[in-house]
Amino acid sequence: MEIIDKNKGKRIVIDPISRVEGHGKVTLLLDENNRLQEARLHIVEFRGFEKFIEGRPYEEVAVIVQRLCGICPVSHHLAAAKAIDQLVGVNQLSPTAEKIRRLLHYGQVLQSHALHFFYLSSPDLLFGFETDLHRRNIIEVIKDFPDIGRQGIQLRKFGQDIIQAISGKKIHGVVAVPGGINRSLDIPQRDALRAQLPDILKKSKKAVAIARDLYLSNIDIHKNFGFIESSFLSLVDSKGALELYDGNIRIKDKAGKIFKDQLDDNRYFDYIQEEVRSWSYMKFPFLSELGIEKGWYRVGPLARVNNCAFISTPLAEQARKEFIQFHHGLAQAPLAYHWARMIELLHCAEQIENLLQDEDITGNELVVKGCPQEEGIGVIEAPRGTLFHHYKINEEGLIQKANLIVSTTQNNQAMNDSVREVAREYIDGQEITEGALNQIEVAIRAYDPCLSCATHAMGKMPLKVELFDHNGELLDTKIKSSV
Amino acid sequence: MPQTINIDKQNIPFSEGQSIIEAAEQAGVYIPHLCHKAGYKAHGSCRLCTVTVNGRWVSACTEPAEAHQQVENNTRELQSQRRAIVQLLFAEGNHHCPFCEKSGNCQLQAVAYSLDMHDTHFAHQLPQRSLDASHPDVLLDRDRCIQCELCVRASQEYDKKNVFALSGRGPSTQLIINSESGKLKDSQINKNDEAIKVCPTGALMNRSKPFSIPIGQRQFDKIPIDQQNTCVPDTTEAST
Repeated sequence: MEIIDKNKGKRIVIDPISRVEGHGKVTLLLDENNRLQEARLHIVEFRGFEKFIEGRPYEEVAVIVQRLCGICPVSHHLAAAKAIDQLVGVNQLSPTAEKIRRLLHYGQVLQSHALHFFYLSSPDLLFGFETDLHRRNIIEVIKDFPDIGRQGIQLRKFGQDIIQAISGKKIHGVVAVPGGINRSLDIPQRDALRAQLPDILKKSKKAVAIARDLYLSNIDIHKNFGFIESSFLSLVDSKGALELYDGNIRIKDKAGKIFKDQLDDNRYFDYIQEEVRSWSYMKFPFLSELGIEKGWYRVGPLARVNNCAFISTPLAEQARKEFIQFHHGLAQAPLAYHWARMIELLHCAEQIENLLQDEDITGNELVVKGCPQEEGIGVIEAPRGTLFHHYKINEEGLIQKANLIVSTTQNNQAMNDSVREVAREYIDGQEITEGALNQIEVAIRAYDPCLSCATHAMGKMPLKVELFDHNGELLDTKIKSSV
Repeated sequence: MPQTINIDKQNIPFSEGQSIIEAAEQAGVYIPHLCHKAGYKAHGSCRLCTVTVNGRWVSACTEPAEAHQQVENNTRELQSQRRAIVQLLFAEGNHHCPFCEKSGNCQLQAVAYSLDMHDTHFAHQLPQRSLDASHPDVLLDRDRCIQCELCVRASQEYDKKNVFALSGRGPSTQLIINSESGKLKDSQINKNDEAIKVCPTGALMNRSKPFSIPIGQRQFDKIPIDQQNTCVPDTTEAST
């Protein structure tokens, strides 16, 4: 925390935001009476993948872009792979390739959700938002709540074991190739994973109970914490069921009514636009039909569990029903993300169980050929929300244009609004303590942002430069527009 | 009684006409190298195989084996010099192992690991080099070229096509294509050519089955190059 006196007011900077993936900061502007003037979440790192993959061969892209992230590389690998399938003219993978990719994806979502809930967020939820800084970490969780700590580690490890078995490495492995995969599971690997399932299913079910009970244990505060109302966007299958790998877009409005359904995800540019603001490297997507002011929305576990009509696996469906019943149809509270996240974790464990019983995952038909195209779009539900990869290539197969709309980007407005709400409630007009400032981070963490994934505004950043003299008088201003 | 040379206190038999590195390879003794490949004319350009013979520095690929030579190969000083050479190669080109398809099958990477190279030490030159993706099945990425001329020799001697040559001087040296347009698509190159298979890095790649070898099954995934009795990675499976 850094407090800077600026004339009569104060600028408080929380830098870095801890226990999130990537680097960001929050600035709070207060007047002389500690009244909140402005609160912003800034993304201060810049990655630029959209730009530097230009000119590279398309077949490398699924391997390059997964380096965006160390937590959800599989999501980028698979979203890019889906786009590349289109580039090589493949609309339908072999059953083995499709199921191996799904298995990998469920392993990824499971490990990422376990990491986020148990490692990053559980210290806040178990110890309290304003607990001593030195206690807010996974090591202290393991000391005071060994069963919960161990459970988180084992769940994450299982997800990573799946990733390693399929892609060769726990992080940044390679399995998806144009039109398919480069290997299926061998039987000893499959059996080793199967052997862990009874315990994993038990722990996944318990994870839902822990998240639910923690949320309900202080419901009066939790339900209003950083509260905002928004639309929700996610993939669903043709029947409206929760779908993480391949589906169509459903959007619900803030009242829970379906606003759009079964939109073709390959036409995302018809209904989603992105705005660029001068103070952040992260863009602000919105629904074209509703405009910048009203068109922002949320993605991720809360959006997916809110949006789907049902979940195809029984234990997760039972948990979803309880979640929806409690929220009277639609949950808007940011802290409900944790509960929804663990429901998805359970769904992933069940799907993994189904796939590990399927003979196709040991099959030999790995790659399908097609007729090459110049454009490919891959959309997937990453752990943090809907992820769009869009590539155009030239006649030599080199990338000409890339557009990535990353999950966290789509929660940008929501995170900023939640930060503002929490700042109004816990900072505005009050004594500022480290614990109070952690409340702001708790609101951001609920969204499980991946800030390093989400910063691609290269060449589009509007820039404002102000020149001050030694007395602080503004001498000159130069503005470069983003348009 | 065969004639022998002595490498690091080990007597190694050799045949008339063999170079030191050929004798060493035959006996399973690894001398780091990049521009050398068994069956090809000696080139002597990468200098990685530099050893001392009776106290004199020579390249093992060009120096004929002679009876009673006292060869030092695996010494701290030589390994340090070799590491510096490989660091220079990494700094001079644009070698991005994390997304290179050749990773795990790359001789440059494998040599770097075996020499215990942890960073490039020297400032990256970040050269601007062009990529030739004009051919449907073959990719030339000059960023990864270490100018060993193995492809030049393979194309001339094995493929009988003469597709490649080095042109320019100093930092401007680059691999050029023998075709009217200067592009691979107008050359006689074929995806099964020896010139592609012999490339020790990812500069020349067969594009028809990208990333088809899973991690764990690549040549250097399990056994380091200095423990493999071979000169150049077998990329046949990846190339066909």
